[in-house]
Amino acid sequence: MKTNVAIIGSGNIGTDLVMKTLRSKTLRPAWLVGVDPQSDGLAKAAKLGLKTTALGVEGLIPHLRADGIRIAFDATSAHAHAHNARLLQDESVFVIDLTPAAIGPFCIPPVNLSADLLTDRLNVNMVTCGGQATIPIVAAVSRIQSVKYAEIVATVASKSVGPGTRQNIDEFTRTTAQAIESVGGAERGKAIIIINPAEPPLIMRDTIHCVVEHAPDKAAIAESIAQMVREVQKYVPGYRIVNGPVFDNHRVTLFVEVQGLGDYLPEYAGNLDIMTAAALRTAEMMVERQLLPKEGRRLVSASQSQEAVQR
Amino acid sequence: MSEQKSVVLHDMTLRDGMHPKRHQISLDQMVRLAMALDDANVPLIEVAHGDGLGGGSINYGFAPHSDSEYLRAVIPKLKKARVSALLIPGIGTADHLRMAVDCGVTTMRIATHCTEADVAEQHIGLSAKLGVDTVGFLMMAHMVPPDELVVQAKKMESYGANCIYCTDSAGTMLPADVTARISALRGALSARTEIGFHGHHNLAMGVANSLAAIDAGARRIDASSAGLGAGAGNTPLEVFVAVLTRLGVYHGTDLYKLMDIAEEIVVPMMDQPVRIDRDALVLGYAGVYSSFLLFAKRAAEKYGVSSRDILIEMGRRKTVGGQEDMIEDVALTMARS
Repeated sequence: MKTNVAIIGSGNIGTDLVMKTLRSKTLRPAWLVGVDPQSDGLAKAAKLGLKTTALGVEGLIPHLRADGIRIAFDATSAHAHAHNARLLQDESVFVIDLTPAAIGPFCIPPVNLSADLLTDRLNVNMVTCGGQATIPIVAAVSRIQSVKYAEIVATVASKSVGPGTRQNIDEFTRTTAQAIESVGGAERGKAIIIINPAEPPLIMRDTIHCVVEHAPDKAAIAESIAQMVREVQKYVPGYRIVNGPVFDNHRVTLFVEVQGLGDYLPEYAGNLDIMTAAALRTAEMMVERQLLPKEGRRLVSASQSQEAVQR
Repeated sequence: MSEQKSVVLHDMTLRDGMHPKRHQISLDQMVRLAMALDDANVPLIEVAHGDGLGGGSINYGFAPHSDSEYLRAVIPKLKKARVSALLIPGIGTADHLRMAVDCGVTTMRIATHCTEADVAEQHIGLSAKLGVDTVGFLMMAHMVPPDELVVQAKKMESYGANCIYCTDSAGTMLPADVTARISALRGALSARTEIGFHGHHNLAMGVANSLAAIDAGARRIDASSAGLGAGAGNTPLEVFVAVLTRLGVYHGTDLYKLMDIAEEIVVPMMDQPVRIDRDALVLGYAGVYSSFLLFAKRAAEKYGVSSRDILIEMGRRKTVGGQEDMIEDVALTMARS
């Protein structure tokens, strides 16, 4: 039997998640939650047989028990997430956060998705699209030898960047840089995002630079990167190396391209896909490894999560 | 002319000039040059990494000092001139903006690609709130027609910018392109909003374009001593001042002192002549971001391909400011085929 999930946020990311979750072997998208009754996403989801509400998370809460919702994806905004997370955690719903709120620990599936990460709290954060596309490579280098500095440049098509990201682009650079350090394992991280309006839109491109402390073990690093790329390709088939690894003294550079599946936005929006695919993979692992908390069990109380938000 | 026109000259030598210097201008050089420009009555001087605050990176190059070290060294030494800083959201953040204002910067210029003004809402809003002169800087402005530039300019104005720039980052505009854009901006924006023009000299149009901008209503013009700036450089300040003087446009600066600064301080600082060599010409000809110049030359040498071909390919891919990482990528792909 599939586990029912709810998707909160009926924009690009939420609607893309609906379409990807419909193909999941273990999950079933039961609800799409929005705030705008006119949203294209809600109409589309209703057509696909999902229950929908335009009343925000409050519209979902009364149905959680009856519909057996155990996992929710939040694709709203950092501000809305703080509120949503509080309400959902009180109902013992595990929340996968695709906003930059970062209340829960960062999750980059091929690097740190583990039972410990998922059972620690009722909330994980999926960092950013640029983080999902680049931090696996930083980790692939740092598991071979220590990385003093890692810098990523994410170039995305203008049409794939929604208003939320635009209004707070600093959250992208800050959150990505933090996760390059804490998940990627670099001593210091920096992130740059470039938005390109070219027509036809360009496929997401990412450049990853790592500066290693000692002379690089080229063969070991190249093999580790190749392995990691295969891991990412398991859930984002259009993730591929364009050039590199280039070794220049202590610098290791990789150029990658992320082509999406074209579920909701066209294939150029690999930045969208890599977020939604990573979030979906995280939810599937919860179910496959039976990590979902017992109903009614409160891992994080409302007041604790309030503190987390304020912090 | 019935009434005398006047312009505010904005010096780029210490910011755009960082590009041809690979961001390696020393603190002493910065202070000396800034003091000399101040002494020549240049009213506004930009100080930052070439790619704006927070630009220090593998992608763009690291300067020997932090932005705040440069700002704190220069600002206290100036008698009259004020200091501006550039910030490109996506590279720098609001933290850099606050830092710069703390250091005494009184003009913040927030730059985006000419179609992406809305990524600057937060930064323009913060700058205006901090009470500093706030400029919206629309880069690669040749890539959109005048009416689209107006849409973006109005967004920046609505976020709190009191001055909007039409920025010819590729040095590819001709005077008629400038006239069309500046006139459209002047006609659409509030009379209180100033208009500025930032030129590059890749087609030798820096001075002519700046004059066209003034005629169409621009009152702030960027220029650089001896043209020190990305590509074939910016509008050469001393040449432009000589022309303004002959035209009777008020600029308030000292022409002879500016000539001497160019000759005695800036030209000797140059690592290579800042001139319209064939690669710089390609930038202007193909409409490519001027800062790509030295990156393309280096990648060409490293991978045995033509720098001209790299730049033409960067243009064909419709790259925008900041995509320096694509240069090595393009060179690698070209070397493989």
